[in-house]
Amino acid sequence: MRLTKKKQTEVAQGDLTPMIDMTFQLIAFFMVLINFTQSEQDQRVQLPDSSLAKPAELPLDHPVIIHLAEDGEAIYSGLKIPIGGLGPYLQKEIRALEFSGDGVEAATIVIRAHRFCQAGRVQELIEECQEVGFENFALRAEENIETAKYLTQPN
Amino acid sequence: MKIRHTTGSGQDKIELQMTPMIDIVFQLLIFFIMTFKIVSMEGDFNIKMPQASPSTVQTIEPDFPPMSLYLSADQDGVISGIRLNNDPLPSFPDVNRRIIELVGGQAPGAEGEDTAEMELEFDFNLRYEYVIGAITAVSGYKDGQGNVIKLVEKIRFATPDGPGPVVNE
Repeated sequence: MRLTKKKQTEVAQGDLTPMIDMTFQLIAFFMVLINFTQSEQDQRVQLPDSSLAKPAELPLDHPVIIHLAEDGEAIYSGLKIPIGGLGPYLQKEIRALEFSGDGVEAATIVIRAHRFCQAGRVQELIEECQEVGFENFALRAEENIETAKYLTQPN
Repeated sequence: MKIRHTTGSGQDKIELQMTPMIDIVFQLLIFFIMTFKIVSMEGDFNIKMPQASPSTVQTIEPDFPPMSLYLSADQDGVISGIRLNNDPLPSFPDVNRRIIELVGGQAPGAEGEDTAEMELEFDFNLRYEYVIGAITAVSGYKDGQGNVIKLVEKIRFATPDGPGPVVNE
């Protein structure tokens, strides 16, 4: 729209600076918050929650993550394997550890078991890992502010 | 870049092409928005369980005899009873209070927290969430400021039994 009588053409320009400022701020916000730790997770597993489950200050040296689905089968590297069949996979982990110069003592088995999974299956999984030599275990739980749900009276 | 000839007063600005930058910036923004997922924080309960061998007999600490917690389950895996040192307790908060009495973890550096040990035993079909609930009750509590005060750090599982309910002895 031309309002002036000048002959030269003028392009009406909005000031883009505030928009670009905001957009960059939004990008920075999402970049900071994005986390790539989702690879550890498995949609088939819904963790139990606990008020004392705090993220570790230091990352584990050699975590070996094993999921345990609700039906009691282990999920290792995305594969669903019966607990009894985990042995060869664990042996592979041990060989990898030895190759890297660390012993099996340096590794930690991180158990991400489904909240409704039978607790005996978790014990079976621990036993299976113990048989090949692992001795450090971490039971993973979701952080929860209120544990009133789990601190209720038993039926 | 287009260089315009100045006319008259010479007040011309150098105009940058904003369109490609805004295109890219919006694409980046959309990428981050789409991949954004709120993930709740996770934490670990560490348990050290070397394979039991006949030579490694548990040494009993004189100050803190090993405690045992037994959780029984009904047919559906729901918790049906809690016994701390064979003493029935109604709920996990009661377990927590009893542990505080036994271990005396009133302060973060309370004496004895390193030696207290808990053996956790449960029925095979008990839901895992109750085990985590029990470990939570045993391993510590939060004070008013949200600081975690640890109680029993050494938790081990009793020798597992096969599937099916465990007979109470």
